[in-house]
Amino acid sequence: MIELKKPLLTTAFSLSLLMPVAGHAMETSNIYYGVQMEEFEYRYGEGGEKLFAFDGDAFIGTDELKLRWEGSGELDLNVNRFESLSNQLALQTPISDFWDIKGGVRYSSPQGPDRWYAVVGLSGLAPQWIEVDTHLFLSEKGKLSADLDIEYEILLTNYLTLTPSANIDAAFSSDREIGVGSGINSVEAGLRLSYDVWDRILSPYVGVVYERKFGQTANYVEAEGESADIWYAVIGAKLMF
Amino acid sequence: MTNNLDESTSIHWHGLILPFQMDGVPKISYPGIAPGETFTYKFPIIQSGTYWFHSHSGFQEPDGAYGSIVIEPEKRDPFRFDKDYVVQFTDTHPHSGKRIFRNLKMSADYYNRQQQTIGDFFSDVSKNGLKATIDDRMAWGDMRMMKTDIEDVQGFTPLINGKGPEQNWTGLFEPKERIRLRLINSSAMTYFDVRIPGLKMTVVAADGNNVQPVTVDELRLGVAETYDVIVRPMDDKAYTIFGASMGRTAYARGTLAPREGMVADIPDMSKAPLLTMADMGMDHSNMKGMDHSNMKGMDHSNMMGMEQEKDSFYANGSGLVPTAANGGKFLSYADLKAQKPLYDDREATREIELRLTGNMERYIWSINGVKYEDADPIVLQYGERVRFKFVNETMMTHPMHLHGMWSILDVGAGKWDPAKHTISVAPGTTVYSETEVDAPGQWAFHCHLSFHMDAGMFRKIVVEGGPKSASLNPLDKGELQ
Repeated sequence: MIELKKPLLTTAFSLSLLMPVAGHAMETSNIYYGVQMEEFEYRYGEGGEKLFAFDGDAFIGTDELKLRWEGSGELDLNVNRFESLSNQLALQTPISDFWDIKGGVRYSSPQGPDRWYAVVGLSGLAPQWIEVDTHLFLSEKGKLSADLDIEYEILLTNYLTLTPSANIDAAFSSDREIGVGSGINSVEAGLRLSYDVWDRILSPYVGVVYERKFGQTANYVEAEGESADIWYAVIGAKLMF
Repeated sequence: MTNNLDESTSIHWHGLILPFQMDGVPKISYPGIAPGETFTYKFPIIQSGTYWFHSHSGFQEPDGAYGSIVIEPEKRDPFRFDKDYVVQFTDTHPHSGKRIFRNLKMSADYYNRQQQTIGDFFSDVSKNGLKATIDDRMAWGDMRMMKTDIEDVQGFTPLINGKGPEQNWTGLFEPKERIRLRLINSSAMTYFDVRIPGLKMTVVAADGNNVQPVTVDELRLGVAETYDVIVRPMDDKAYTIFGASMGRTAYARGTLAPREGMVADIPDMSKAPLLTMADMGMDHSNMKGMDHSNMKGMDHSNMMGMEQEKDSFYANGSGLVPTAANGGKFLSYADLKAQKPLYDDREATREIELRLTGNMERYIWSINGVKYEDADPIVLQYGERVRFKFVNETMMTHPMHLHGMWSILDVGAGKWDPAKHTISVAPGTTVYSETEVDAPGQWAFHCHLSFHMDAGMFRKIVVEGGPKSASLNPLDKGELQ
């Protein structure tokens, strides 16, 4: 995280130069910001695994250009170490009514070796209200990988929402040092039932998450005595400021 | 006017005809009024009627900086009344305007708590069948549009003269008196369908100008519009003034009563309307081309309501066509005829097309696809008569307000077309208005939904030529002290 500070400041500074300072005739600012935690939860695995997991983002910018931080991580509470932890900082701009492209850097710093990545991404709203967020990563070791996140909200009522989601990680070549095999290496599917208790600021939820590793990645995990597929019960809250 | 705030402010006199330096729009009429500064507004009054005023700075208007203006005529009005009340509607929100705007930019459906749910899906399945319902949801999902996008800021409390439904603003009367109600909609975002169960309302003025009287049971009060109506309660009892928001998420309530403390029943709000494919700009020829199963998915009650009485100011098959709760007469723009035209009728010298555009998902609103901050001003020549063609390509209703000059709404009545300051343009429709360009200087022109205006549905109008006295530099003529 310490290493991140510098690029964050530099990028923020260059972004501020890009943005018009003058507001509207109505004298309102055209710079917006927001912070969101899609997942902020305690996970209890079928084998007694206890994890804290989060997945969120924050942005500042205009309609045309935003600086977006995206972070996610899984902290294994039994051994108090991050199984995964990544922070990404990217500039994002619209390319169509419903789609944005983004480009930036990601730093992955779980327990074990760290990795820097150059990242390009595409995020937006596909027809039928499916939220899509996908990235292509090039690591400092020259390895190419990708991820895809999709999410859909089913409104049981205007306050009670059932959200199925899926996340797929794939690599085009293996990076043994960080336990990544080539091909699809993990899939995580979730189903969360949330209730908006305070505007959209706080929406506690319960749910289930199924995580499965494949191929070489599964072998690496199993070699460490862990299971390649796990069901979790989760409890947490969606947050939006 | 002295600014006692710690931020810049302004007051715009909505609907008043005055020199542009006195119009009160920061960066267009003048720089605004800085904290501690005093600005003296000085202008001749050349009109009478019901108007209002509000701040044109930041989100001060949604936050409450507004009031009413009544200008008495020199001679008496051509209608009789014994009592005269201002009935000013607004939509006060627990969130500040600034916060609402940021939330909308973060998530455009942040305040929409009327979205279709799984329950609606199943009730549509039982009504229209599974295939029709799925086709309907797929058609809307394909566009990533919501039928429920009618009020994009919900969660407000409607007020009448500053009082909520429970506080119940009350106007007193003696039975058989004629009461003039000056209905003003000072809401940031909310249209109200206004009725007084048990009383007919005779509309005598619209946007300050007298119209040929038309008697209705209910009317739709667009944001920033004013209507003067005359009611005549014959009985010694209370009557409820009921204003249901167009999206039916809340209602304003006041009372007309012979004595303080008397109340009448509060009616139920009718079911919330749903937009149809017609509101999405699918015209009739397209509708025919569409799969019939889609048509079945549409709300049949709305379709039938439309056949009974066509209002050309709504798209053919629109879900927004209002109907009077008692089955009676609902005011249409087509009913508005000037009492005394302000201008000679003449052919417009040119037409300017303004497409009302937006991206709901990003909460960007624009004209001809361009936001205000990226747009060039619209340049008009003094002395010309411009015909504005509003084409609403969005799924929301936009009350378009031109400062400084009248908008003569084309209702097909020729010289009797009414002069308004705010023209409501329903989704999927094209509306024309004409303006005699008789006011030099620079003016604001915008959607009066506060957050649409701030998101970019706004233009500066520059009127070139005309009397020399109108300097284009507001600072030359300003009264800043």
